[in-house]
Amino acid sequence: MSHDLTRLSASNLAEKLTSGEVSSAEATDAHLNRIEAVEPDVHAFLHVAADAARATAKAIDARRADGEKLGPLAGVPIAIKDVLCTIDMPSTAGSKILEGWVPPYDATVVKRLRAAGLVPLGKTNMDEFAMGSSTEHSAYGPTHNPWDLDRIPGGSGGGSAAAVAAFEAPLALGSDTGGSIRQPAALTGSVGMKPTYGGVSRYGAIALASSLDQVGPVSRTVLDSALLHDVIGGHDPRDSTSLRDEWPSFAAAAREGAATRSLKGLTIGIVKELQGDGFQAGVTQRFQEAVELLTAAGAEVVEVSTPSFEYAISAYYLILPAEASSNLAKFDSVRFGLRVNPVGGGTVEDVMSATREAGFGPEVKRRIILGTYALSAGYYDAYYGSAQKVRTLIQRDFARVFADVDVLVSPSAPTTAFKLGEKLDDPLAMYLNDLTTIPANLAGVPGISLPVGLAPEDGLPVGIQFMAPAREDARLYKLGATLEALLEDKWGHTLLSQAPDLAPQEMFASEEGAV
Amino acid sequence: MSTETPPTTSESARPATSANSRPVAANSNGNGGSNGPGEITTEQVAHLANLARINLTTAEIAKMTVELAAIVENVAKVTEVATPDVPATSHPIPLTNVYRPDVVGETLTQEQALSGAPEHDGSRFRVSAILGEEQ
Repeated sequence: MSHDLTRLSASNLAEKLTSGEVSSAEATDAHLNRIEAVEPDVHAFLHVAADAARATAKAIDARRADGEKLGPLAGVPIAIKDVLCTIDMPSTAGSKILEGWVPPYDATVVKRLRAAGLVPLGKTNMDEFAMGSSTEHSAYGPTHNPWDLDRIPGGSGGGSAAAVAAFEAPLALGSDTGGSIRQPAALTGSVGMKPTYGGVSRYGAIALASSLDQVGPVSRTVLDSALLHDVIGGHDPRDSTSLRDEWPSFAAAAREGAATRSLKGLTIGIVKELQGDGFQAGVTQRFQEAVELLTAAGAEVVEVSTPSFEYAISAYYLILPAEASSNLAKFDSVRFGLRVNPVGGGTVEDVMSATREAGFGPEVKRRIILGTYALSAGYYDAYYGSAQKVRTLIQRDFARVFADVDVLVSPSAPTTAFKLGEKLDDPLAMYLNDLTTIPANLAGVPGISLPVGLAPEDGLPVGIQFMAPAREDARLYKLGATLEALLEDKWGHTLLSQAPDLAPQEMFASEEGAV
Repeated sequence: MSTETPPTTSESARPATSANSRPVAANSNGNGGSNGPGEITTEQVAHLANLARINLTTAEIAKMTVELAAIVENVAKVTEVATPDVPATSHPIPLTNVYRPDVVGETLTQEQALSGAPEHDGSRFRVSAILGEEQ
């Protein structure tokens, strides 16, 4: 019974909670038990708030019993990426410099999910300050991919993706600066959405690169991401980049997409620059099969060219470090976090330099220094200035192709999950993992990743990415839900139901109990 | 990636940078001079680490010099297409004049603001000396 509750999608669990078939206390206990069983292997969480989660769940059950009208996800457990400030849980962004720091306020998205009655289970692991594509740059040790524990779950949001893929939580929050929601989704067979820039508040999200960061949902189904997006999205006066748009119901878009199973009238552009050499054979194969399915459902599929995407990674690895070097200047040992006093004392600057030496990991140091270089006098125009021009060119490419097509499509990542340690000593090889996801961040457009099968050569998940014009997030939920339904019709099951069971003892125990 | 061993700046193993040392100025004469884009020296990395307020050991500086050189060589590709006629874009979806009413909003209490500080005296953040003896 408790094992089954963790297998439900958030929307199915929410239905059972609404009907009274299941209580939030039972659902929360089931997920906490699952966390206890698989965390030694997966390490998706940096903090589990078991007691607080049980208390929240009981309070929701009591309100429901009192006849209060609750939101559609009330009582559903959720995991929160550690980049988001939580007033009752440590928020470290995967860094030693913030070890044990409990913020005095909640991020707006956290406040909204609490108000909607969701039950926070804990905080998920991530590359330090979201700098990485494998979660190996976490100061607290890597997260393991539930499909193969010797492999990385992607990053930076490997913890959130692994938590949903390992059935530790039906939902999670992520943040996506260059692919940190979508690439881990692809590598773990889960779903992840980067909303339109400004569509979701970043207030209380520990900033990496402010012109690129976006908070978004992580889940096992397209509908679940849409339901969570409905909860966290919308204007926030505390974020000056927050859009004032009235957003449609993303859940309604996903339900419509799943119900119609038709793509008649939709034009989809395959991005020429995001395929071919450098893409793993099994990734290309599953991607092409998915595109055939889209065509069979009535979509018109054409190839489009976006030549400046070739320069996206280069522009990204100038813009991101430049902005990060500025954003991370706040970790100065004065207002929060670590302080290291040098032997024999020193000035506040000496303390700051010693603190940042001890508190930051190698990738963070590398990027801060790279950013400082890109912004320094004499290099600013050549590097940062040029990167900002490339951003213009990429936006123009998007605008040009979106005049002809409704949606763009590419593989979500060039390869399936690689082995832990494989690329850790080669920063450039690691950076190439974000080849497919970075353009959307540079242009602020929304992107979604959903699973399209397992690569034949290694049996690991492959993801497909759709991108839409800015503010057209609903289009991605509708199309994503259609493709998901078509694939599951074909397979006869969800992709994640094929993942290894990580806690066979737990399963045997429940079977024995049933005899 | 280059396999050259970069020169070292200091024989000692102690941190090569501190707030009071300014080893060598970063090349600030535009793209001229001996260090064009893509060429990075240990002196530059030591200076950048100082600007970024991160102490690095001599060994870390040597390693990072090699890594940064490889990264910069790759990202310098942006200059190929960034011609003068292309305007720069700083934000994906620009908004202008984002104001709120000029009224006191919800703020942190003093206690909350100090709650995460490594050291405070109950009403203020406590730090060590701002100026060194040389200043």
